[in-house]
Amino acid sequence: MKSEKPLITHHSPLATRHSSLVSFLRAVGAIAWKDLAAELRSRELLSSMLVFALLVILIFNFALELDVKTRSTVTAGVLWVTFAFAGTLGLNRSMAVEKDCGCLDGLLLAPVDRSAIYFGKAISNLAFMFIVEAIVLPVYSVLYNANLFNLGLIGVILLGSVGYVAVGTLLASMAVQTRTRDVLLPILLFPVIIPVVIAAVKASSGFLQGLATSELMTWINLLIVYDVVFVAVAFMVFDYVVEE
Amino acid sequence: MIEVRKLVKRFGLKTVLCGLDFQVQEGEFVALLGPNGAGKTTFLRILASLSRPSLGEIRIAGYALPAQAAAVRRRLGVVSHMPLLYGDLTAEENLRFFGRMYDVEHLDQRISEVLELVGLAARRRDLVRTFSRGMQQRLAIGRAVLHDPEVMLFDEPHTGLDQDACDMLDKVLRDVAARGRTVVMTSHDLARVEDLASRFDVLSRGVIAASASRQSLGKNNVLAFYRQALQEK
Repeated sequence: MKSEKPLITHHSPLATRHSSLVSFLRAVGAIAWKDLAAELRSRELLSSMLVFALLVILIFNFALELDVKTRSTVTAGVLWVTFAFAGTLGLNRSMAVEKDCGCLDGLLLAPVDRSAIYFGKAISNLAFMFIVEAIVLPVYSVLYNANLFNLGLIGVILLGSVGYVAVGTLLASMAVQTRTRDVLLPILLFPVIIPVVIAAVKASSGFLQGLATSELMTWINLLIVYDVVFVAVAFMVFDYVVEE
Repeated sequence: MIEVRKLVKRFGLKTVLCGLDFQVQEGEFVALLGPNGAGKTTFLRILASLSRPSLGEIRIAGYALPAQAAAVRRRLGVVSHMPLLYGDLTAEENLRFFGRMYDVEHLDQRISEVLELVGLAARRRDLVRTFSRGMQQRLAIGRAVLHDPEVMLFDEPHTGLDQDACDMLDKVLRDVAARGRTVVMTSHDLARVEDLASRFDVLSRGVIAASASRQSLGKNNVLAFYRQALQEK
């Protein structure tokens, strides 16, 4: 059967490496595209994340009854609590979709390095986070009468979201294998993201209070290191996390 | 094409496969029979590189598992009782996605061919969640053959299908076999596999308890062979 096709073809090491990298990137792109296309149709994940995020902001608005001065000091904390809670919903749903229809097996059967699955899922999760953040920020500005259109703040949100999604996607892949995945993910995730939340809140708060970037470099560096470390860790361990 | 030696699989203290030996020649269609809990699905998941063996040697198309799993996966097509498809994507989008994952060349042309093969060309732009169970299973076969694999693994593909859908599935299975693919299929439906398979293996208590070719068994003897194999074990 199929004797015209050799089972093993010999390429130079450089060509093989280049072709593996192209296959890897193609798989990452395919997974991210698939998630975004499916979400564009169903809008299940984004709508639940958005509604939840807006409810959290509203509840804080009524619960804290802040004066104008105090409001500016808690803005960063309220924003990051909102992002973290809404993000957990998205991470859980994103992996549950794969597990419920058995599609995780379909992905694992593909002849690509399994870290491609991680990066594909992480990119789509990050896109969903950014969409939610892009809607939450103006809503928060209106409700709390605060100007959040600050480049420094937006940079911190980007860095913080990368760290959150890097570790969240990995832990969601672990939690989805269990029956108690909805409960397990926040229990696993929140202790691990404490450094990223602290650094993001401190840096965001500093930018909102008009501090210079140089004064906030400690927190920004911590965010960058966290992002790099957790992306690297996920790259190394994802194969073992998803294997039976 | 498939060579398995002394395969052991343990889940904690429970041993599901106990030193299983199994060989399949190129182009053979093997029906793997056995009662519930015999380890058929576990065995197929190990062959598909979805689960690691505890002990033993496995080679598929010359590549060792789990060391060369990616090379093995490129040569495998897997159909289980779950379709492994995305309901919010169309039939065509599902195939396009898996085609990109497998680096399939001339993807547009290949998608059209596969949709024709499984009889879903007219529904290519419909969402998979609007499909019946039978149509989803046919598309699942399309997904599995899209990259033209040398070895096909079917894990009880008839589960949950009505008579018409089973007949349609059998037609596709015959077509896959006629194209010279090596096939391993688990099933409880002896009458159905009798017409499809060229060899029957009975898996019981973690080992292959009996094996016979269709030629040696003759017609309508698979049930008797199966019962005898279980009794002897």
